[in-house]
Amino acid sequence: MAGADDPPAVDGVPVAIRAKGLTKRYGDFVAVDRLDLSVAQGEVFGLLGPNGAGKTTTILMLLGLSEPSSGSARVLSLDPARHPLAVKRHVGYLPDEVGFYVSMTGRENLRYTCRLNDIDEVEAEPRMEELLERVGLADAADSRVDTYSRGMRQRLGLADVLIKQPQIVILDEPTTAIDPAGVADVLALVRQLADDGVAVLLSSHLLHQVQQVCDRVGIFVDGKLVAVGPMNELARRVAGEGMTVEVAVATDPSAAGSVLERVDGVSSVRRDHRDERLLIVEVERDVRAELVSALVAAEAPPLHVRRRGDELDEIYRRYFGMSEEARERVA
Amino acid sequence: MSESPERPRRVRRKRQLAGAAADAGTSPAVVLATAPPTVLRAGRWRIVAGKEFADHVFSVRFLVLVLILGLAAAGAVYFAAGAIRDAAPSVAGAPSLFLKLFTVSPEQLPSFVVLVGFLGPLLGIAFGFDAINGERAERTLPRLLAQPIHRDDVVNGKFAAGLTVIGLILCAITLLVAAIGILQLGLLPSAEDVLRLVIWLVFAVAYVGFWLAFALLCSVVLRRAATSALAAIALWLVLTLFGALLVGLLAGFIAPAPADATVSQQVANLSLQQELGRLSPNVLFEEATAAILDPSVRTVGFVLPAQVDRAVSSILPVDQSMLVVWPQLVAIIALTALAFAAAYVAFMRQEVRA
Repeated sequence: MAGADDPPAVDGVPVAIRAKGLTKRYGDFVAVDRLDLSVAQGEVFGLLGPNGAGKTTTILMLLGLSEPSSGSARVLSLDPARHPLAVKRHVGYLPDEVGFYVSMTGRENLRYTCRLNDIDEVEAEPRMEELLERVGLADAADSRVDTYSRGMRQRLGLADVLIKQPQIVILDEPTTAIDPAGVADVLALVRQLADDGVAVLLSSHLLHQVQQVCDRVGIFVDGKLVAVGPMNELARRVAGEGMTVEVAVATDPSAAGSVLERVDGVSSVRRDHRDERLLIVEVERDVRAELVSALVAAEAPPLHVRRRGDELDEIYRRYFGMSEEARERVA
Repeated sequence: MSESPERPRRVRRKRQLAGAAADAGTSPAVVLATAPPTVLRAGRWRIVAGKEFADHVFSVRFLVLVLILGLAAAGAVYFAAGAIRDAAPSVAGAPSLFLKLFTVSPEQLPSFVVLVGFLGPLLGIAFGFDAINGERAERTLPRLLAQPIHRDDVVNGKFAAGLTVIGLILCAITLLVAAIGILQLGLLPSAEDVLRLVIWLVFAVAYVGFWLAFALLCSVVLRRAATSALAAIALWLVLTLFGALLVGLLAGFIAPAPADATVSQQVANLSLQQELGRLSPNVLFEEATAAILDPSVRTVGFVLPAQVDRAVSSILPVDQSMLVVWPQLVAIIALTALAFAAAYVAFMRQEVRA
């Protein structure tokens, strides 16, 4: 690929999943509305949205399990509606609240998946062993699944997805059923998969958990992808330059308040209703340094100055809780 | 791997840009990944069928059903053999005496074939009523369908597995009955007897297959397994207990035969009853059983005295008996196919998600 003029960085990294104008209608109800989406190999893409936003419907269309009303999807260059078997052979899908045959053991369940994927036994047995070890189920592998906890089922689900050595992994709400330690394990596994070149599509409504591993996220509300991009970029876009700053002072708060009000870029100052000594300052841009020096100059040095809330909270509030027109304004 | 840990991150960044570029529609740089050539073995329903078959055979319901049917059949044949032995002097040399083991009903017990006619549906319902909704309830259906199989492989595989188990149970129990009979009577079946039994088994499997297909349909359409079992059992009870009653009422309404009815009115009423009755797989199976297991039966349904006037009673060879019940066989298979087709279509049109 190297030549006189080097191709841009994007060249050569193939795109594993690509949707164009993907739409699913049920009668008058539009579950997914003209979705454009791409996931590159080795990328973790987070599809974020509240429950019922159309995430699972989108995933089912990508797997060929549901036919799009219009638009197209390409998964590994294949149309899932026309080549469902080839797509499903190379895409591992972990459904929301995955279920297993409870009268069979974990290992037997995996063995069935191997047979369905035409993985012959010689290859399958050691692979199963390794994966059961990797997801921490080696000891429970020969117990019936009805003795498993939800977290264990989720981990068995991950083994079930990986056993076919997929090129793409689609995880639907993979962290909802498990404890915090388990979540960290799952996320580490996802990161590792991506580093091995697997494209990962992660659907979740738990922003805080998935932001740690996602390269890019798409915010999905009411069937529409309202924003796509790396997490920090989205945060900037949502919050703009403005922010809320919390200032704690040891001296008279009202005097300090009037000092702060005179700083350029401050739009308002008010007292915190719970803590006397706290001042809540709304600023138009990041003027935290100016706030500190103004206070120091007025001999009312601050005890601390920090940004309030979280970028993520902001995103969540803005996108998931806001009105239709407000969303359009942001987009 | 000894190079810096920075490397993967850089690659990641590049990849994320690739996805972003594709989103932005800056197409010249976008390369689509391709899947390696995918070669999958044909006949993928067999994988599903194999798993389902193993599930059935090791299930508690299999054990219970085999036990119930086996005990009932053994009891029936034990008493039938006793009755035949008691009447031995008068029936010596009667044709196909061996087959009487299956059809004679002594004392209060029903005969073996009546037993199969009555309990067979239960067998079909037991292996089908939770086929699809069970997978939904356990949340295994989305995971199963995400494997490289077609959607119809699931329903085909489940039907095939159910039919195989049913065939297995019916064969085993028929052999058990035959064995008890041979021990009790010291009578060996002729080749023709064996052939008739095999044909009867085909009928029996097709008949129970109808109930399997119907239960499968219930399991697709009805969300809960309990509801689906109840619906299937309801149809079974209605057909066995009230079938004749309903048919009589309906025929009386369409072609009434009052107390002073003419012969033609009576004939019209009776033939209508017969035709309506044959919509039920139970009736079809009874008729077929009668003609196949008894070579002296020359017709099924009603006959007028004029039709048997001066007829010489004789026995029919197998192929002639087959001719008598050919329509019944076709009708049973057609009903089964219809029920299965309904289940198939309903399943294919259903959303994967609830």
